[in-house]
Order: sequence, then structure tokens, then C-alpha cells
Amino acid sequence: MTDNQPEMPGLGRGMMAVAKRDLFLAWKRPGDVLNPLFFFAMVATLFPLAVGPSAEQLEFSGPGVLWVAALLAMLLSLNSLFVSDFEDGSLEQMLVSPVPLAALSLGKTIAHWLTSGLPLVIVAPILGMTFRMPASVMGVLMLTLLLGTISLSLLGSIGAALTVGLHRGTALLSLLILPLAMPLLIFGARTVSLAAAGDVVAGGLYFLAAYAVLIVSLAPFAIAAALRISNE
Amino acid sequence: MTAKLTADSLTLFRGERCLFENLSFALNPGELLLLEGCNGSGKTSLIRAIAGLIELETGEIYWDEQPVRRQRQVFNNELVWMAHRVGFKADLSLVENLRFESALRRDSRHDLDDILTRLNINRLKRLPVRSLSAGQQRRVALARMLMSAATLWMMDEPVTNLDREGRSLVMTLVSEHLARGGMVIMAAHQDIQIDFPVHTIQLQ
Amino acid sequence: MWKFIHKLASPPHFYGLAAKIIPWFFLPGLILIFYGLYGGLLLAPPDYQQGDAFRIIYVHVPSAYLSLMAYSIMAISAGIGLIWRLKLAHAVAAAAAPIGAWFTFLALATGSIWGRPMWGTWWEWGDPRLTSELVMLFLYFGYMALRGAIDDTAKADRASAVLALVGAVNVPIIHFSVEWWSSLHQGPTLMKKGGPAMDAAMLYPLLAMILGFTLIFGALLLRRVRTEVLYRERRTRWVRHLVLSSAVEKK
Repeated sequence: MTDNQPEMPGLGRGMMAVAKRDLFLAWKRPGDVLNPLFFFAMVATLFPLAVGPSAEQLEFSGPGVLWVAALLAMLLSLNSLFVSDFEDGSLEQMLVSPVPLAALSLGKTIAHWLTSGLPLVIVAPILGMTFRMPASVMGVLMLTLLLGTISLSLLGSIGAALTVGLHRGTALLSLLILPLAMPLLIFGARTVSLAAAGDVVAGGLYFLAAYAVLIVSLAPFAIAAALRISNE
Repeated sequence: MTAKLTADSLTLFRGERCLFENLSFALNPGELLLLEGCNGSGKTSLIRAIAGLIELETGEIYWDEQPVRRQRQVFNNELVWMAHRVGFKADLSLVENLRFESALRRDSRHDLDDILTRLNINRLKRLPVRSLSAGQQRRVALARMLMSAATLWMMDEPVTNLDREGRSLVMTLVSEHLARGGMVIMAAHQDIQIDFPVHTIQLQ
Repeated sequence: MWKFIHKLASPPHFYGLAAKIIPWFFLPGLILIFYGLYGGLLLAPPDYQQGDAFRIIYVHVPSAYLSLMAYSIMAISAGIGLIWRLKLAHAVAAAAAPIGAWFTFLALATGSIWGRPMWGTWWEWGDPRLTSELVMLFLYFGYMALRGAIDDTAKADRASAVLALVGAVNVPIIHFSVEWWSSLHQGPTLMKKGGPAMDAAMLYPLLAMILGFTLIFGALLLRRVRTEVLYRERRTRWVRHLVLSSAVEKK
């Protein structure tokens, strides 16, 4: 049992195992997936009720409202990302695993995005229609949300990892993450608005894609560091 | 400094209180390190610090004469950890939990059914962990130790919640592991009877 | 080299050294600010477009600059503390945050006051720099809130250090995106190509104010770090010794 070169478990295998486990857990508790989705639809519904049904106003504000609603829905789903792992001790088992924690964290974020980000992207066009968004804009709306929610999953995971185990976690998470998420909101919502006005959208999409690449490569390490600190 | 695992002048504070200061020890294959002390004496903090879950104020831990901090992955590959919180998903069955865990750890390639039978939990293997009693969950945590090929077993109060038969089972498993050339670090407040070299650290 | 840094960073040594340095920051800073205020408010001619309203830049520009500067110092020392486990670096990060937040607030307040005669409103969303400052203030709040939420100092140090570093990566992105979002503000006055586009009588007081503010910031930072060090080292012998001997002196 004490070989000279004991092999280590694979990095990709560990990551996929975590992702699969979290997807399976989400499958067993569909409410955790559906609640943020309902929240997304609800916030998007509140807005027309608050400002009135004028078509012009809805068309104008649609991209912004959908993006803000998506941002808040993501935030809501992030809250509980690490809480159960922290409480039942399985986070600790990940910390002492030979698989690098960054890889395991990325696995968790992948599962989080598939259960919280992707559903928003799919439902967004339906809500977009209620804001009189033309069909030609739907593609851009979905693409910005696709790239944006990937970044939000990762960015938010850093905040969730920093606040797990703290009493005032919920409000604190918003305070930490929302300022950091502003560039995503700005570029996401603005790009959809530009598309609706018939303008060029490539710039905004490039920004969102570049941001996603940057954060995919950096965030796992920040999440891992934060988890180590929070579990002490 | 030729021991497999050495600790050099460890110091840890918790808030205002100094839990231990300039604590050193060495451990070799086939040996058991017992951390004794009453509640709140810092046993758990010490064992967590050795496992790398708490950052030490000062001091260094060495594995094969290399600082653990610089080879966390290598050290973790030699380590399996049993804590107060068993670390299983309540919604998943015992087997699902253990299958998941085997992706996180170096596998001993033992047959899972054999291990579960030995621990007397084979009939529970399809049940979600939430429906198991605290003692049964402890036994699942022992299955994790047996499934892993790690050299170093770290156990924080392993006999909590276990019945008499379970307690003697823990001692048998620990003895077998030591006989194989394994190493065990255990935090416990009960007396531990075992026929292997035992180093004891008494914490105040 | 390492030995020198470690000696410098040892709390008792730093505590004594900082006390000696602070006046060297504080007094020149004060003199520069007096000159800057006198030159800026009385000697400099009114701006041909903005009249006397432009004079608020003598507070606004140094504050805005320091809000960024303090964040950089905070993030860099947080990184040093995280990587090299230097306790003094964490103390510097903790001390820099509230000062940075105050300068950010000052920049926001003066910007808003300046906006009143210029735009006819206290708050203009179209102005990218005010909006960036506001986000900056939120970043400081987040940092301080995280620190406040964690009881254990060492843990709070490291958690907030991770946040500061993540924030530092994002600050340029935030500035860039807010710039992209809107372009209504007047262009940068100080750093135009081919030298500053400002009259010397206006410029020199401004430079004096920037330098003076920076020196005062340095003095405030050192003072706060000293307090922070004293608090963090309260269980050590040298602090006990220090407190007891000063108590004897008072008698």
C-alpha cells in the first residue's frame, strides 16, 4: 500500500463526479431549481405592473428589466450553493481530497450553472415576448444571458464561498457580488438594447465572451481559497 | 528528522486563547498518535490543523521530510479524514455517497459489498443516508476509510455514537491498519487499548 | 533582504518607526494643502466656462485619485498578506479600507456639488466617473461588511483579502464598462496629450493638493495601522509592556 509513486485520482474525474452528484441532488429536489426560475418570471412581471402597460415603455425597458431579474435570480440561487456541503461536512471531505479544490469547485459551478443559469436562458425569450421584444432580438438576448450567467455563476460562487457559514450570509452575498456584477449587467442589457435598435452588437458580445473566459480561468482558484478559509 | 510524519513547534490560537504552543511530534508507519484532553482542550483543532483544515499560527508539518504546505495534493493522497460531521449527502443512498467519494480519493480496490458486510451495514446500502441512525452513519464513515488506500487515517472522536460492538470494531480496524504499516492519528477522550506503539499528546 | 523586510514588518519595530514617520508626512502635507487652497481658491482665475464652480476640483480630484490609490494599497497588501503570511500587510489592508471609503465618499459628494450648477442636478447618471466612484464605494462597503461579519481576525484577514483581490481584477473592468456605457462627461483635463491643458496658476495648486492629500493619507494610514497593530498584538508581551510603562509615566 505504500508504493513509491502512488497514483492520484484524476482531476477531470473528480470534477465530473462533483458536477454529476450536484445534478443528481438537484433532480431529487426540483424545488431548488424551480424557485429561482419563478422568481425570475415574477420580477419580470412586477415591472409592467409598476410602470404601466404602455407598449413603448415596455419595449424600451425590456432588456434592462430581464437582465436585472436574471441577475437577482442568479443571486438567489447562489445563496445555498455551499451551505449544505458546509453543514454536512462533505465540503471538508473535498478539502482533504487529493483532487485540487479548484477543480472540484469548478465541478460545483458547472452543476450550478446547468440548474440555475441555463433554465433562465431558455425561459428568457418567453418573458421577452411579453415585453414586445421582436423575434430577431431573441437570439442576442439568449446569447448575452448565456455568457452572462456563466460568468455570474462563477463570480457568485466566489461570494457564496466567502460567506458560507456566516450568519448574515444572504444580505452580505448581495453586497459583495452586485458591484462586481455591474459590468455584466451593463454590457448584457445594453447589447440587447442595441440589437433591438438594429445596431451592431458584436462589441458587447465580445466583451461578455472575454469576461467569461477570464473568469472561468481565475474564479476556480478564488473559490477554492475562499472555501478553505470559510471552513476553518 | 527521519520519521514519516513530523510536526515542528506547532502553535495555534483561537481568539484570545492559546490552544497549544511549540508542540512537536513524530510518527512512523505502524504507530498510533493519540490526542487526549477534555472538551475544549483543542484536540479537534489540533487534528484539523494536521489535516490542513486550519492554518497554524506558527510551525510546520512534514511528510517524507517535505513541508506539507508545499505538497498538499501529495499529502492529501495519503490521508483519509473522519470528522464529527460524517460528510455524506442525506438525500443520497449509502452506495451513491461512497461511489462519489471514490472519485475523490485513491481507491483500495476492495469489494464494496465485503466492506459493508464487515461493518454490518450491507442491508442498508440502498437507503438514503438521512434515514440511518447516527451510529450507522459512523459506520458508513468507517467504510470510507476502508475503501481508501491512504496510509494515514485521521479520526476525530471515532467511537462517538457507536455501540460496544462498534467501538471494538473500530479498534480492530485500527489495529489491522497499523499491522499493514498504516498510521493513525486519533483524537479521543476515552481510553484506547491497543497493542501497538502509541504516542500520546495530552492537551490541557 | 528577507531578514530586513521581516525586521521592518515586525510589529513592535513598525509601531515605533511609524510614530517617527507620521510627522514627516503630516506637516508637509498640511503645508501643501494650505498652499493649494490659497492658490486654488484665491489666486487662480475663474474658469472661462465654469466660473468659480470649477474650484471644487481642488478637493474632488485628489479625493477621486486617493479612492483608487487606497484600493490599490488595500489589494496589494492583502495579496502580500495572503501569499507571504505577513501579518502587518493584513493590518495595512484593514486600515486602508475605511480611509479609502471616506475619500470615495468625499469624491462623490464634491462631484455631486459640482454637478448641481453644471448639469442642474445633484446626480447625473450619464456621468461615467461619478458612477464608477459609486460602484467603488459599494466595493469598499462589501469589503468592510465581510470583515465585520467574521469574528476571528485571522480568518477575516484572509477572507477579505480574497475579496480585495477579486475586486482589484474587476475595478479596471468596471471603469471600462461604465465608460462604454455612457460618454457625457468632460474629457480628462490633467492628462491630455502634449501636456496638461490647464493654466499654470490653476494647475500648480491642484498638483500641490494632490501631493498634500497623498501625504495626509499616508499619515492617516500609518496612524490607523499603528492602532490596528496595537489591537491585534494585545496579548503579546511588548504591548503589555508599552501600556504599563505609559501608565506609569502618566502618574
